[in-house]
Amino acid sequence: MRWSWFAGHVDEMAELTLQHVITTVISVGCGLLIAFPLAVLAHRVPRLRGLILGVTSVIFTVPSIALFILLLPFTGLSLTTTVIGLTLYSLVVLVRNIVEGLAAVPPRVREAARAMGYGRARTLIAIELPLALPVIMAGVRIATIMTISLTSVALVIGQGALGQLFADGLQRNFAEPIIAGIALTLLLAVVADAVLVGVQRGLTPWTRR
Amino acid sequence: MLELLRQILAWFADPAHWTGGDGLLARLAEHLEYSALSTLAAALIALPIGLAIGHTGRGAFLAINATGFGRALPTIGIVTLVFLVSGLSLWPVYIALVVLAVPAIVTNTYAGMAAVPRELRDAARGMGMTGWQRLWQVEVPVAAPLILAGIRLAAIQVIATATMAAYVSFGGFGRYLFDGLAQRDLPQVLAGAASVAVLAITTDLLLAALQRALTPRGLRDTRKEAHA
Repeated sequence: MRWSWFAGHVDEMAELTLQHVITTVISVGCGLLIAFPLAVLAHRVPRLRGLILGVTSVIFTVPSIALFILLLPFTGLSLTTTVIGLTLYSLVVLVRNIVEGLAAVPPRVREAARAMGYGRARTLIAIELPLALPVIMAGVRIATIMTISLTSVALVIGQGALGQLFADGLQRNFAEPIIAGIALTLLLAVVADAVLVGVQRGLTPWTRR
Repeated sequence: MLELLRQILAWFADPAHWTGGDGLLARLAEHLEYSALSTLAAALIALPIGLAIGHTGRGAFLAINATGFGRALPTIGIVTLVFLVSGLSLWPVYIALVVLAVPAIVTNTYAGMAAVPRELRDAARGMGMTGWQRLWQVEVPVAAPLILAGIRLAAIQVIATATMAAYVSFGGFGRYLFDGLAQRDLPQVLAGAASVAVLAITTDLLLAALQRALTPRGLRDTRKEAHA
Protein backbone atom coordinates (compact mmCIF):
# COMPACT_ATOMS: atom_id res chain seq x y z
CA MET A 1 0.00 0.00 0.00
CA ARG A 2 1.45 3.34 -1.07
CA TRP A 3 0.19 5.69 1.62
CA SER A 4 1.79 8.67 -0.07
CA TRP A 5 -0.76 8.29 -2.88
CA PHE A 6 -3.61 9.01 -0.46
CA ALA A 7 -1.81 12.04 0.98
CA GLY A 8 -1.14 13.42 -2.48
CA HIS A 9 -4.75 13.12 -3.66
CA VAL A 10 -6.70 14.62 -0.76
CA ASP A 11 -8.04 17.50 -2.86
CA GLU A 12 -9.18 15.24 -5.66
CA MET A 13 -10.90 12.89 -3.23
CA ALA A 14 -12.62 15.77 -1.44
CA GLU A 15 -13.94 17.05 -4.76
CA LEU A 16 -15.23 13.61 -5.80
CA THR A 17 -16.85 13.14 -2.39
CA LEU A 18 -18.63 16.47 -2.76
CA GLN A 19 -19.78 15.45 -6.23
CA HIS A 20 -21.04 12.17 -4.76
CA VAL A 21 -22.99 14.02 -2.07
CA ILE A 22 -24.54 16.41 -4.61
CA THR A 23 -25.57 13.55 -6.93
CA THR A 24 -27.11 11.60 -4.05
CA VAL A 25 -28.97 14.56 -2.52
CA ILE A 26 -30.48 15.66 -5.86
CA SER A 27 -31.44 12.09 -6.81
CA VAL A 28 -33.10 11.17 -3.52
CA GLY A 29 -34.71 14.64 -3.39
CA CYS A 30 -36.20 14.24 -6.88
CA GLY A 31 -37.14 10.66 -5.96
CA LEU A 32 -39.14 11.93 -2.96
CA LEU A 33 -40.84 14.66 -5.04
CA ILE A 34 -42.00 12.06 -7.57
CA ALA A 35 -42.65 9.21 -5.13
CA PHE A 36 -44.89 11.25 -2.87
CA PRO A 37 -47.74 12.02 -5.33
CA LEU A 38 -47.45 8.50 -6.78
CA ALA A 39 -47.71 6.94 -3.33
CA VAL A 40 -50.66 9.13 -2.32
CA LEU A 41 -52.39 8.15 -5.56
CA ALA A 42 -51.66 4.45 -4.91
CA HIS A 43 -52.94 4.87 -1.37
CA ARG A 44 -56.16 6.69 -2.34
CA VAL A 45 -57.00 4.67 -5.47
CA PRO A 46 -56.49 0.98 -4.60
CA ARG A 47 -56.97 -0.01 -8.26
CA LEU A 48 -53.84 1.92 -9.26
CA ARG A 49 -51.80 0.52 -6.38
CA GLY A 50 -50.72 -2.69 -8.10
CA LEU A 51 -49.89 -0.83 -11.30
CA ILE A 52 -47.74 1.84 -9.61
CA LEU A 53 -45.86 -0.63 -7.39
CA GLY A 54 -45.47 -3.01 -10.34
CA VAL A 55 -44.00 -0.41 -12.69
CA THR A 56 -41.50 0.84 -10.09
CA SER A 57 -40.44 -2.77 -9.40
CA VAL A 58 -39.90 -3.47 -13.11
CA ILE A 59 -37.60 -0.43 -13.37
CA PHE A 60 -35.54 -2.10 -10.67
CA THR A 61 -34.88 -5.15 -12.86
CA VAL A 62 -33.22 -3.02 -15.57
CA PRO A 63 -29.48 -3.01 -14.88
CA SER A 64 -28.27 0.42 -13.79
CA ILE A 65 -25.49 0.37 -16.40
CA ALA A 66 -28.08 -0.08 -19.14
CA LEU A 67 -30.28 2.70 -17.81
CA PHE A 68 -27.39 5.19 -17.87
CA ILE A 69 -26.36 4.16 -21.39
CA LEU A 70 -29.93 4.30 -22.69
CA LEU A 71 -30.36 7.85 -21.40
CA LEU A 72 -27.23 8.97 -23.27
CA PRO A 73 -28.95 9.94 -26.56
CA PHE A 74 -31.34 12.19 -24.63
CA THR A 75 -29.26 13.82 -21.91
CA GLY A 76 -25.65 13.03 -22.85
CA LEU A 77 -22.67 12.57 -20.53
CA SER A 78 -24.12 14.80 -17.85
CA LEU A 79 -25.16 14.91 -14.22
CA THR A 80 -28.75 14.96 -15.50
CA THR A 81 -28.34 11.44 -16.92
CA THR A 82 -27.04 10.12 -13.60
CA VAL A 83 -29.74 11.87 -11.60
CA ILE A 84 -32.57 10.56 -13.82
CA GLY A 85 -31.27 7.00 -13.51
CA LEU A 86 -30.72 7.14 -9.75
CA THR A 87 -34.07 8.87 -9.19
CA LEU A 88 -35.87 6.07 -11.05
CA TYR A 89 -34.13 3.46 -8.88
CA SER A 90 -34.95 5.24 -5.63
CA LEU A 91 -38.66 5.20 -6.54
CA VAL A 92 -39.10 1.48 -5.88
CA VAL A 93 -38.09 1.87 -2.22
CA LEU A 94 -39.60 5.30 -1.63
CA VAL A 95 -43.05 4.64 -3.17
CA ARG A 96 -43.40 1.32 -1.35
CA ASN A 97 -42.46 2.75 2.04
CA ILE A 98 -44.69 5.83 1.71
CA VAL A 99 -47.63 3.60 0.69
CA GLU A 100 -46.94 1.23 3.60
CA GLY A 101 -46.57 4.13 6.02
CA LEU A 102 -49.87 5.69 4.96
CA ALA A 103 -51.64 2.31 5.03
CA ALA A 104 -50.46 1.71 8.60
CA VAL A 105 -52.21 4.84 9.93
CA PRO A 106 -54.99 3.50 12.21
CA PRO A 107 -58.45 4.06 10.61
CA ARG A 108 -59.73 5.45 13.92
CA VAL A 109 -57.24 8.30 13.80
CA ARG A 110 -58.43 9.12 10.28
CA GLU A 111 -62.07 8.99 11.39
CA ALA A 112 -61.33 11.22 14.37
CA ALA A 113 -59.73 13.76 12.03
CA ARG A 114 -62.80 13.72 9.78
CA ALA A 115 -65.08 14.11 12.81
CA MET A 116 -63.07 17.18 13.80
CA GLY A 117 -63.85 18.67 10.40
CA TYR A 118 -60.49 18.03 8.72
CA GLY A 119 -60.63 17.87 4.92
CA ARG A 120 -58.78 15.25 2.90
CA ALA A 121 -55.73 17.40 2.20
CA ARG A 122 -55.44 18.57 5.78
CA THR A 123 -55.84 15.02 7.10
CA LEU A 124 -53.04 13.93 4.80
CA ILE A 125 -50.62 16.67 5.77
CA ALA A 126 -51.43 17.13 9.45
CA ILE A 127 -52.41 13.59 10.48
CA GLU A 128 -51.38 10.83 8.09
CA LEU A 129 -47.95 12.12 7.07
CA PRO A 130 -46.58 12.68 10.58
CA LEU A 131 -47.81 9.24 11.66
CA ALA A 132 -46.31 7.62 8.57
CA LEU A 133 -43.02 9.47 9.00
CA PRO A 134 -41.01 6.69 10.72
CA VAL A 135 -41.78 4.22 7.90
CA ILE A 136 -41.17 6.89 5.24
CA MET A 137 -37.85 7.82 6.82
CA ALA A 138 -36.84 4.16 6.92
CA GLY A 139 -37.41 4.17 3.16
CA VAL A 140 -35.42 7.38 2.70
CA ARG A 141 -32.51 5.81 4.61
CA ILE A 142 -32.51 2.67 2.44
CA ALA A 143 -32.89 4.74 -0.75
CA THR A 144 -30.00 7.01 0.28
CA ILE A 145 -27.61 4.15 1.02
CA MET A 146 -28.63 2.45 -2.22
CA THR A 147 -28.10 5.66 -4.21
CA ILE A 148 -24.68 6.25 -2.64
CA SER A 149 -23.69 2.74 -3.70
CA LEU A 150 -25.21 3.00 -7.21
CA THR A 151 -23.75 6.41 -8.06
CA SER A 152 -20.40 4.76 -8.73
CA VAL A 153 -21.95 2.75 -11.59
CA ALA A 154 -22.29 6.05 -13.47
CA LEU A 155 -18.55 5.71 -14.11
CA VAL A 156 -19.60 4.10 -17.41
CA ILE A 157 -20.68 7.57 -18.52
CA GLY A 158 -17.91 9.40 -16.69
CA GLN A 159 -20.22 10.66 -13.92
CA GLY A 160 -19.45 8.16 -11.17
CA ALA A 161 -18.08 10.70 -8.64
CA LEU A 162 -16.15 8.46 -6.20
CA GLY A 163 -16.77 5.69 -8.74
CA GLN A 164 -14.35 7.43 -11.11
CA LEU A 165 -11.62 6.24 -8.76
CA PHE A 166 -12.52 2.64 -9.71
CA ALA A 167 -12.21 3.36 -13.44
CA ASP A 168 -8.96 5.18 -12.74
CA GLY A 169 -7.51 2.29 -10.73
CA LEU A 170 -8.58 -0.30 -13.30
CA GLN A 171 -7.08 1.59 -16.23
CA ARG A 172 -3.78 2.22 -14.47
CA ASN A 173 -3.66 -1.20 -12.77
CA PHE A 174 -3.43 0.49 -9.41
CA ALA A 175 -5.38 -0.57 -6.28
CA GLU A 176 -5.02 2.53 -4.11
CA PRO A 177 -7.68 4.68 -5.84
CA ILE A 178 -10.12 1.75 -5.72
CA ILE A 179 -9.56 1.20 -2.00
CA ALA A 180 -9.96 4.94 -1.37
CA GLY A 181 -13.18 4.96 -3.42
CA ILE A 182 -14.71 2.03 -1.54
CA ALA A 183 -13.71 3.42 1.87
CA LEU A 184 -15.04 6.91 1.12
CA THR A 185 -18.31 5.48 -0.24
CA LEU A 186 -18.81 3.48 2.98
CA LEU A 187 -17.90 6.48 5.12
CA LEU A 188 -20.37 8.63 3.20
CA ALA A 189 -23.10 6.03 3.74
CA VAL A 190 -22.44 5.91 7.50
CA VAL A 191 -22.46 9.72 7.81
CA ALA A 192 -25.57 10.11 5.62
CA ASP A 193 -27.43 7.50 7.67
CA ALA A 194 -26.48 9.21 10.95
CA VAL A 195 -27.71 12.56 9.56
CA LEU A 196 -31.01 11.00 8.47
CA VAL A 197 -31.51 9.38 11.89
CA GLY A 198 -30.95 12.84 13.38
CA VAL A 199 -33.48 14.39 10.99
CA GLN A 200 -36.00 11.68 11.86
CA ARG A 201 -35.58 12.32 15.61
CA GLY A 202 -36.03 16.03 15.03
CA LEU A 203 -39.18 15.52 12.94
CA THR A 204 -40.83 13.04 15.32
CA PRO A 205 -40.27 14.42 18.82
CA TRP A 206 -43.26 12.41 20.12
CA THR A 207 -41.47 9.10 19.61
CA ARG A 208 -38.87 10.07 22.21
CA ARG A 209 -39.67 9.51 25.83
CA MET B 1 -39.60 5.65 -30.19
CA LEU B 2 -41.45 3.29 -32.56
CA GLU B 3 -38.40 3.23 -34.79
CA LEU B 4 -36.27 2.14 -31.82
CA LEU B 5 -38.74 -0.60 -30.93
CA ARG B 6 -38.61 -1.83 -34.53
CA GLN B 7 -34.81 -1.90 -34.38
CA ILE B 8 -34.82 -3.95 -31.17
CA LEU B 9 -37.29 -6.43 -32.63
CA ALA B 10 -35.12 -6.65 -35.73
CA TRP B 11 -32.10 -7.27 -33.48
CA PHE B 12 -33.85 -10.16 -31.73
CA ALA B 13 -35.21 -11.48 -35.04
CA ASP B 14 -31.72 -11.81 -36.53
CA PRO B 15 -30.75 -15.50 -36.12
CA ALA B 16 -27.06 -14.52 -36.11
CA HIS B 17 -27.63 -12.87 -32.72
CA TRP B 18 -28.79 -16.13 -31.14
CA THR B 19 -26.05 -18.66 -31.81
CA GLY B 20 -22.28 -18.82 -31.50
CA GLY B 21 -19.91 -17.84 -28.69
CA ASP B 22 -21.29 -14.31 -28.45
CA GLY B 23 -24.91 -15.24 -29.19
CA LEU B 24 -27.85 -14.76 -26.85
CA LEU B 25 -27.93 -18.42 -25.81
CA ALA B 26 -24.24 -18.47 -24.83
CA ARG B 27 -24.64 -15.13 -23.00
CA LEU B 28 -27.71 -16.46 -21.21
CA ALA B 29 -25.76 -19.53 -20.06
CA GLU B 30 -22.92 -17.32 -18.75
CA HIS B 31 -25.32 -14.91 -17.05
CA LEU B 32 -27.20 -17.79 -15.41
CA GLU B 33 -23.93 -19.37 -14.28
CA TYR B 34 -22.69 -16.17 -12.60
CA SER B 35 -26.08 -15.43 -11.01
CA ALA B 36 -27.02 -18.92 -9.86
CA LEU B 37 -23.63 -19.79 -8.35
CA SER B 38 -23.40 -16.41 -6.58
CA THR B 39 -26.92 -16.56 -5.16
CA LEU B 40 -26.36 -20.15 -4.03
CA ALA B 41 -23.05 -19.30 -2.35
CA ALA B 42 -24.59 -16.22 -0.72
CA ALA B 43 -27.48 -18.32 0.59
CA LEU B 44 -25.05 -20.89 2.04
CA ILE B 45 -23.26 -18.09 3.89
CA ALA B 46 -26.25 -15.95 4.85
CA LEU B 47 -28.83 -18.56 5.91
CA PRO B 48 -26.82 -20.00 8.86
CA ILE B 49 -26.06 -16.45 10.06
CA GLY B 50 -29.69 -15.32 9.81
CA LEU B 51 -31.03 -18.52 11.39
CA ALA B 52 -28.51 -18.39 14.24
CA ILE B 53 -29.32 -14.77 15.04
CA GLY B 54 -33.05 -15.39 14.78
CA HIS B 55 -32.96 -18.56 16.88
CA THR B 56 -30.76 -17.25 19.68
CA GLY B 57 -31.83 -13.61 19.49
CA ARG B 58 -28.15 -12.66 19.90
CA GLY B 59 -26.11 -10.38 17.69
CA ALA B 60 -29.17 -8.92 15.95
CA PHE B 61 -28.06 -5.29 16.37
CA LEU B 62 -24.61 -5.97 14.98
CA ALA B 63 -25.90 -8.06 12.09
CA ILE B 64 -28.55 -5.55 11.05
CA ASN B 65 -26.11 -2.66 11.05
CA ALA B 66 -23.40 -4.63 9.28
CA THR B 67 -25.79 -5.77 6.56
CA GLY B 68 -27.27 -2.27 6.27
CA PHE B 69 -23.90 -0.76 5.47
CA GLY B 70 -22.95 -3.80 3.44
CA ARG B 71 -25.53 -2.48 1.01
CA ALA B 72 -23.48 0.68 0.62
CA LEU B 73 -20.51 -1.29 -0.74
CA PRO B 74 -20.20 -0.29 -4.40
CA THR B 75 -20.33 -3.56 -6.33
CA ILE B 76 -18.37 -2.17 -9.27
CA GLY B 77 -15.60 -1.09 -6.88
CA ILE B 78 -15.33 -4.59 -5.44
CA VAL B 79 -15.28 -6.09 -8.94
CA THR B 80 -12.41 -3.84 -10.01
CA LEU B 81 -10.45 -4.28 -6.76
CA VAL B 82 -10.65 -8.08 -6.78
CA PHE B 83 -9.88 -8.03 -10.51
CA LEU B 84 -6.62 -6.16 -9.89
CA VAL B 85 -5.66 -8.49 -7.06
CA SER B 86 -6.67 -11.83 -8.61
CA GLY B 87 -5.97 -11.19 -12.26
CA LEU B 88 -7.92 -12.84 -15.03
CA SER B 89 -10.31 -15.17 -13.23
CA LEU B 90 -14.01 -15.19 -12.42
CA TRP B 91 -13.35 -14.49 -8.72
CA PRO B 92 -14.07 -10.75 -9.00
CA VAL B 93 -17.54 -11.46 -10.38
CA TYR B 94 -18.42 -14.12 -7.79
CA ILE B 95 -17.02 -12.27 -4.79
CA ALA B 96 -18.76 -9.00 -5.70
CA LEU B 97 -22.10 -10.70 -6.34
CA VAL B 98 -21.94 -12.72 -3.13
CA VAL B 99 -21.15 -9.56 -1.15
CA LEU B 100 -24.19 -7.97 -2.82
CA ALA B 101 -26.54 -10.86 -2.05
CA VAL B 102 -25.60 -11.76 1.52
CA PRO B 103 -27.11 -8.69 3.29
CA ALA B 104 -30.56 -9.11 1.70
CA ILE B 105 -30.72 -12.79 2.67
CA VAL B 106 -29.44 -12.26 6.24
CA THR B 107 -31.88 -9.39 6.88
CA ASN B 108 -34.91 -11.27 5.58
CA THR B 109 -34.01 -14.54 7.31
CA TYR B 110 -33.63 -12.71 10.59
CA ALA B 111 -36.90 -10.80 10.01
CA GLY B 112 -38.70 -14.07 9.26
CA MET B 113 -37.34 -15.72 12.40
CA ALA B 114 -38.16 -12.66 14.52
CA ALA B 115 -41.75 -12.73 13.24
CA VAL B 116 -42.38 -16.29 14.53
CA PRO B 117 -45.10 -15.78 17.16
CA ARG B 118 -43.94 -16.11 20.76
CA GLU B 119 -46.80 -18.47 21.60
CA LEU B 120 -45.56 -20.90 18.96
CA ARG B 121 -42.04 -20.93 20.37
CA ASP B 122 -43.40 -21.32 23.91
CA ALA B 123 -45.72 -24.13 22.85
CA ALA B 124 -42.84 -25.95 21.14
CA ARG B 125 -40.71 -25.56 24.24
CA GLY B 126 -43.63 -26.69 26.43
CA MET B 127 -43.94 -29.85 24.32
CA GLY B 128 -40.36 -30.65 25.27
CA MET B 129 -38.81 -30.02 21.85
CA THR B 130 -35.07 -29.48 21.81
CA GLY B 131 -33.56 -26.29 20.39
CA TRP B 132 -32.67 -28.09 17.17
CA GLN B 133 -36.20 -29.52 16.80
CA ARG B 134 -37.77 -26.12 17.46
CA LEU B 135 -35.55 -24.56 14.81
CA TRP B 136 -36.28 -27.09 12.04
CA GLN B 137 -39.85 -28.14 12.85
CA VAL B 138 -41.35 -24.86 14.02
CA GLU B 139 -39.29 -21.74 13.33
CA VAL B 140 -37.92 -22.48 9.85
CA PRO B 141 -41.26 -23.61 8.33
CA VAL B 142 -43.05 -20.56 9.75
CA ALA B 143 -40.29 -18.20 8.64
CA ALA B 144 -39.92 -19.88 5.22
CA PRO B 145 -41.99 -17.35 3.20
CA LEU B 146 -39.92 -14.37 4.40
CA ILE B 147 -36.65 -16.28 4.04
CA LEU B 148 -37.53 -17.07 0.44
CA ALA B 149 -38.56 -13.47 -0.14
CA GLY B 150 -35.01 -12.52 0.83
CA ILE B 151 -33.50 -15.04 -1.59
CA ARG B 152 -35.84 -13.74 -4.32
CA LEU B 153 -34.79 -10.15 -3.75
CA ALA B 154 -31.12 -11.16 -3.72
CA ALA B 155 -31.48 -13.19 -6.91
CA ILE B 156 -33.06 -10.28 -8.79
CA GLN B 157 -30.36 -7.87 -7.63
CA VAL B 158 -27.67 -10.37 -8.57
CA ILE B 159 -29.15 -10.90 -12.05
CA ALA B 160 -29.28 -7.14 -12.71
CA THR B 161 -25.78 -6.61 -11.31
CA ALA B 162 -24.11 -9.60 -13.01
CA THR B 163 -23.93 -7.29 -16.05
CA MET B 164 -20.84 -5.81 -14.37
CA ALA B 165 -18.89 -8.96 -15.22
CA ALA B 166 -18.54 -7.47 -18.69
CA TYR B 167 -16.83 -4.39 -17.22
CA VAL B 168 -13.82 -6.57 -16.41
CA SER B 169 -13.90 -8.40 -19.76
CA PHE B 170 -16.18 -11.34 -18.92
CA GLY B 171 -19.43 -12.43 -20.58
CA GLY B 172 -23.10 -12.53 -19.68
CA PHE B 173 -25.74 -10.12 -20.95
CA GLY B 174 -23.55 -7.24 -19.75
CA ARG B 175 -21.44 -7.75 -22.91
CA TYR B 176 -24.26 -6.25 -24.99
CA LEU B 177 -24.31 -3.17 -22.75
CA PHE B 178 -20.59 -2.46 -22.83
CA ASP B 179 -20.08 -3.48 -26.47
CA GLY B 180 -23.15 -1.48 -27.47
CA LEU B 181 -21.79 1.54 -25.60
CA ALA B 182 -18.38 1.19 -27.27
CA GLN B 183 -19.91 0.75 -30.73
CA ARG B 184 -22.64 3.40 -30.21
CA ASP B 185 -25.10 0.63 -31.03
CA LEU B 186 -28.25 1.53 -29.07
CA PRO B 187 -30.43 -1.40 -30.23
CA GLN B 188 -27.77 -3.78 -28.91
CA VAL B 189 -27.79 -2.04 -25.50
CA LEU B 190 -31.58 -2.14 -25.40
CA ALA B 191 -31.63 -5.81 -26.38
CA GLY B 192 -29.15 -6.56 -23.57
CA ALA B 193 -31.18 -4.59 -21.03
CA ALA B 194 -34.40 -6.30 -22.14
CA SER B 195 -32.75 -9.74 -21.86
CA VAL B 196 -31.66 -9.00 -18.27
CA ALA B 197 -35.10 -7.67 -17.33
CA VAL B 198 -36.85 -10.71 -18.82
CA LEU B 199 -34.48 -13.08 -16.99
CA ALA B 200 -34.98 -11.19 -13.72
CA ILE B 201 -38.76 -11.15 -14.00
CA THR B 202 -38.92 -14.85 -14.99
CA THR B 203 -36.71 -15.76 -12.02
CA ASP B 204 -38.89 -13.66 -9.74
CA LEU B 205 -42.07 -15.42 -10.91
CA LEU B 206 -40.50 -18.89 -10.53
CA LEU B 207 -39.22 -18.12 -7.02
CA ALA B 208 -42.62 -16.61 -6.11
CA ALA B 209 -44.26 -19.89 -7.11
CA LEU B 210 -41.70 -21.78 -5.00
CA GLN B 211 -42.39 -19.42 -2.12
CA ARG B 212 -46.13 -20.18 -2.32
CA ALA B 213 -45.47 -23.90 -2.56
CA LEU B 214 -43.21 -23.86 0.50
CA THR B 215 -45.59 -21.85 2.66
CA PRO B 216 -47.02 -24.30 5.22
CA ARG B 217 -50.72 -24.95 4.65
CA GLY B 218 -51.54 -23.88 8.19
CA LEU B 219 -50.10 -20.44 7.51
CA ARG B 220 -52.01 -20.03 4.27
CA ASP B 221 -55.27 -20.74 6.12
CA THR B 222 -54.63 -18.18 8.83
CA ARG B 223 -53.85 -15.61 6.17
CA LYS B 224 -57.18 -16.18 4.49
CA GLU B 225 -58.92 -15.72 7.81
CA ALA B 226 -57.01 -12.54 8.46
CA HIS B 227 -58.23 -11.14 5.15
CA ALA B 228 -61.85 -12.12 5.72
